[in-house]
Amino acid sequence: MKAPRITDSSLRDGSHPMRHQYTIEQVKSVAGALDDAGVPVVEVSHGDGLGGSSLQYGFSAVSEMELIAAAREACTQARIAVLLLPGVGTKPLLKEAVDRGAQIVRIATQCTEADVSEQHFAMAKELGLEAIGFLMMAHMRPPEEIAEQAALMEGYGADCVYVVDSAGAMLPADVTARVAALKNRISCQVGYHAHNNLGLAIGNSLAAIEAGAEQIDGCLRGLGAGSGNAPTEVLAAVMTKMGMAEAPDAFKLCDAAEYVLAPMMPFQPIPNRDAITIGYAGVYSTFLLHAQKAGQKFNIDPRDILVELGRRKAMAGQEDWIIDVAQDLALARDKSTAS
Amino acid sequence: MSTQRIKTAILGTGNIGSDLMLKILRQPDALDLVLMAGIDPNSAGLARARDLGVPGSPEGIEAVLADPEIGLVFDATSAYAHRETAPQLEEAGKRVIDLTPAAIGPYIVPLVNQSAHADATNVNLITCGGQATIPIVHAVSRVTPVAYAEIVSTVASASAGPGTRQNIDEFTFTTARGLEVLGGAASGKALIILNPADPPILMRNTVYVLPQGEFDEGAVTTSIERMVTDLQAYVPGYRMKGAPVFDDTTAPIGGGRMITVLLEVEGAGDFLPPYAGNLDIMTASAWRVGQEIATTLLNPTSKESA
Repeated sequence: MKAPRITDSSLRDGSHPMRHQYTIEQVKSVAGALDDAGVPVVEVSHGDGLGGSSLQYGFSAVSEMELIAAAREACTQARIAVLLLPGVGTKPLLKEAVDRGAQIVRIATQCTEADVSEQHFAMAKELGLEAIGFLMMAHMRPPEEIAEQAALMEGYGADCVYVVDSAGAMLPADVTARVAALKNRISCQVGYHAHNNLGLAIGNSLAAIEAGAEQIDGCLRGLGAGSGNAPTEVLAAVMTKMGMAEAPDAFKLCDAAEYVLAPMMPFQPIPNRDAITIGYAGVYSTFLLHAQKAGQKFNIDPRDILVELGRRKAMAGQEDWIIDVAQDLALARDKSTAS
Repeated sequence: MSTQRIKTAILGTGNIGSDLMLKILRQPDALDLVLMAGIDPNSAGLARARDLGVPGSPEGIEAVLADPEIGLVFDATSAYAHRETAPQLEEAGKRVIDLTPAAIGPYIVPLVNQSAHADATNVNLITCGGQATIPIVHAVSRVTPVAYAEIVSTVASASAGPGTRQNIDEFTFTTARGLEVLGGAASGKALIILNPADPPILMRNTVYVLPQGEFDEGAVTTSIERMVTDLQAYVPGYRMKGAPVFDDTTAPIGGGRMITVLLEVEGAGDFLPPYAGNLDIMTASAWRVGQEIATTLLNPTSKESA
């Protein structure tokens, strides 16, 4: 069996724990190491995709367009992907990213809102890009509904549609059911993007592969939002051990993780008390650092904030609700202590 | 008050057109709604218009152009469609209030510049997010210079029709530009998020403002509170959650302090249920601007506001 195609997102999902402070030199060294190890796709952009540099999500230290150009320059075989969330990123930004070296676009919508992506898929196809659909927070809806949304994206021209476990909330059976539903419903490729909040990133990726996923995401050292993603070096080692052909070089990736990426990481994402809460409550992994900051400001346990966000059914990108929830919880606390 | 009224048409029979129709029927004042024009003969919007006694036509723009007595047209179609029809409407001498993010004519936000373009042939209402947030940014910039304003609009999926979905890029550009032109920010940015929760959530907006340098926080709070009260006069369900929040920030723009304002908009429930505050603020603004233009048309010498 041929190994599924790995997209490494250390320079995109990893931008969250890096607080969007990647420098050109860092991007060059990470992209170069991934390229050398045979990783076929390297994703680069602000953590929240093109145009994500903002007060809502955090400003980038260096323009993502500069980082995309740097990654493209550092790669000989790997192709450069960018993420675009309609409502945040726009067609002009995609055009600029392509001018700077992007070859693949991953267009991300909430798992129920695929129809906001039509104009972006149309432009991607017009520009001759490989275009991938990214259905975020896919744990929130049953497999058949996710498959219907995937079919919309296929209709717009998607070459692959991902089941994205943005909250790291899925169990292996949830992954199997969703990937299988997509395989049944659409004829383009199917991918899976894991988060490790419940410690299941590698296990869930294997469930996806067994259910037929042709594309899988990883990050070196698992560096991504929440407790991070499936570690790319572990994916490569597991795929090689399973006898899959053309997997990237696991030992080179271990070296890249250890000697290139780890020294620049501000912390190692792990399933700690707040990150496990994210997986348990089913909220967006990126909320982790924002909830910790709001917890500090309003003197509220971040865990209470995250659980309440889950109860309010916050979706991907709704970081502004964190302040709102923290303010409400602080108000309720002050009221109860006053009475 | 004169009993004369301006013959008015609504182009587009989707969520926004239907909500606006109900608002005009409830309080017509200077507007005489004589036509709802869509393009689908079987649309629910046209059937609703007929049930309510408003003539409906599936001939779209052609039906509007066919009646020379129609003086005022609300366009509630899509940015793509409005770019095509705007020149035809102008040539026919009709005044146009554009509810799409096409942004061909000057921007209007009632509390900021309602009367500034009383003679413009085509005026644009920006976006629902713009109508909800630009007044707040303006409330800050009338007190202290604003370097950067960023807004996040979250609307219930059920309230976002196909026009909104196909125009999501236009929503972000047009709103961002409105934050600059009318909000007074040197630079603006807008994000939109659709939330599919069931039961649907109320429309929510978060406004982040980075003033240029040091500023008087008390004066800013007072100005924002005054603006919220003024806005409630035509959008009763418009509310600020809590008080404005002031924080230190390391943002590379502005003077090191940021203002966060959380807004909630509950709709009047005219067409879609109250969660669709995004529709309500758009159509309430359209109604207000429509009354002003109609009044100007009826009394060409008077510049009194409606």
